[in-house]
Amino acid sequence: MTTHHAPRTHRVWKFGDDVNTDDVLPGKYAPFMVGEDVFQNYAFAHLRPEFAGAYRPGDLIVAGRNLGLGSSREYAPEALKKLGVRAIVARSYARIFYRNLVNLGIVPFISEEVVNAAEDGDEVRYDIRTGTLELRGRTYRLEPPPAFLLAALEEGSVLEYFKKHGDFPGVE
Amino acid sequence: MTLAQAILSHKAGRPVQPGELVVVEVDHAMTIDSIVPTVIDRLEELGAEPRHPERVSLVYDHVAPAANVNVAEAQRRGREWARRTGVNFYEVGRGVCHQVLIEEGVAQPGTLIVGSDSHSTSYGAVGAFGTGMGATDIALAIASGRTWLRVPESVKVTFRGRPRPGVSAKDAALEMVGRLGADGATYMAVEIHLEDGAERAFGRSERITLANLAMEAGAKAGIVVPSGEILEHYDVPGWLRVGEDAAYARELEIDLGTLAPRLAAPFYVDNVHGLDDQAGAEVDFVFVGTCTNGRIEDLRAAAEVLRGRRVAPGTRMLVVPASSQVLKQAMEEGVLQTLVEAGATIGTPGCGPCMGRHMGVAASGERVVSTANRNFKGRMGAADAEVFLASPRTAALAAVLGRIPGEEEVAP
Repeated sequence: MTTHHAPRTHRVWKFGDDVNTDDVLPGKYAPFMVGEDVFQNYAFAHLRPEFAGAYRPGDLIVAGRNLGLGSSREYAPEALKKLGVRAIVARSYARIFYRNLVNLGIVPFISEEVVNAAEDGDEVRYDIRTGTLELRGRTYRLEPPPAFLLAALEEGSVLEYFKKHGDFPGVE
Repeated sequence: MTLAQAILSHKAGRPVQPGELVVVEVDHAMTIDSIVPTVIDRLEELGAEPRHPERVSLVYDHVAPAANVNVAEAQRRGREWARRTGVNFYEVGRGVCHQVLIEEGVAQPGTLIVGSDSHSTSYGAVGAFGTGMGATDIALAIASGRTWLRVPESVKVTFRGRPRPGVSAKDAALEMVGRLGADGATYMAVEIHLEDGAERAFGRSERITLANLAMEAGAKAGIVVPSGEILEHYDVPGWLRVGEDAAYARELEIDLGTLAPRLAAPFYVDNVHGLDDQAGAEVDFVFVGTCTNGRIEDLRAAAEVLRGRRVAPGTRMLVVPASSQVLKQAMEEGVLQTLVEAGATIGTPGCGPCMGRHMGVAASGERVVSTANRNFKGRMGAADAEVFLASPRTAALAAVLGRIPGEEEVAP
């Protein structure tokens, strides 16, 4: 994948179940409301107001089930991308949010084990390319996304794939 | 085959099975004022023009009229793009995107419609496969005329019988979401069957409410099996039918004859209760409108409650017709007069305050009864404003009483 990421230590930001797109970015802070240059400052504004100020690129978001339910608005994951989010580990994702992550090149991993083990503030090492994650001395294997999406993520995102090939990845 | 399978098989030109990924032609791609700036960015990044401009619609509904200078600039950019590319453009005031595409006849049985609004499942009311996507997906669909989809499994939801007086499709839809749960149909199509009188009790408007709310169970599409007035007003292709071999991941039955009014309490749409659980709680703000319940049938239901009565002191009420056609009809029928005489305010057709951006934002600590489809924390304004979702009839009663009504008051 082009989203190379050296496996150094990053902080875990742990969230619960059913975190919706209004939690990720409240609708009233959409870029066209507040400006393209600052909307990411309102990520998790209602749920965790300290997040946008304290998040460091590469920190890992860990969440429960049905992450990203709600609106189709892509600027919710885009705010995360602008803050430097490269991967998320969740129990499960809402459908549109999952597509948006892949389209933007944020890798949506699914791992019950990691979600169970990780606590807010934990230090982790992870490598998107190999799909491995170290947490409290234990190494977890992260299941890669399906082949179609992996083909896109290897170019960076579905958008990057389309830019390069003028088409979607093959589905056969 | 399920209806979702039938439609995607038709689009793919071969029989498809749940779990398969397909890249298929879309019949229509829809986007809105709040998303179009990103769509244009992505198209510029791709160096692409709309492949079939006549199959693209841009509807100005989410923050329309513009609430501030940033919004006005973003809207101007979209207008200029629409003019230059020749896509279908619907100006401020025409109405909510889903309502407009259905009124304009874009949504037809068996078509595949992708929209940059999650409630694009609404097109299932007329037997279309409608699904919501993000800006990049819509840009790729506009550029290529195609999209990629995983063929979904289906959940079968059957509504039987005729609802009791005072009980509406919104109550039925909330009951469905409450029973399925907020992720009960994730990645799946909800296939809605209306039987034993329900096919007559629920016309197009009511089916829009059902298909719209299917999204709140995580559904990729909510498709109502064509019957009743849909068969009378639309050409339903012969291949668009549920096969005898149709297999479902789950089945659910809801008896409309015994269903009571429902309410979704903060902060989740699947937090569904009977009215008596919350009855008596004071209400600051009542909002009737949105893609879920802003149609003439909904305004009529509200007006029926408000006729000869007044919105309670200390409570305010806003009614936003779902489209200019609804507004016109409400004018002609005297519905608007009844609403205004009762003390309600009328807003520009569109999405209104549903997502807390303009035209009726809730203050902290306020309690809202809304006919919309979401009550997430902070959705309509302040993070601790409480939004209850209900039918137009229940909402109108809440406005008159200044409190959440009891079940007996709504459905005597």
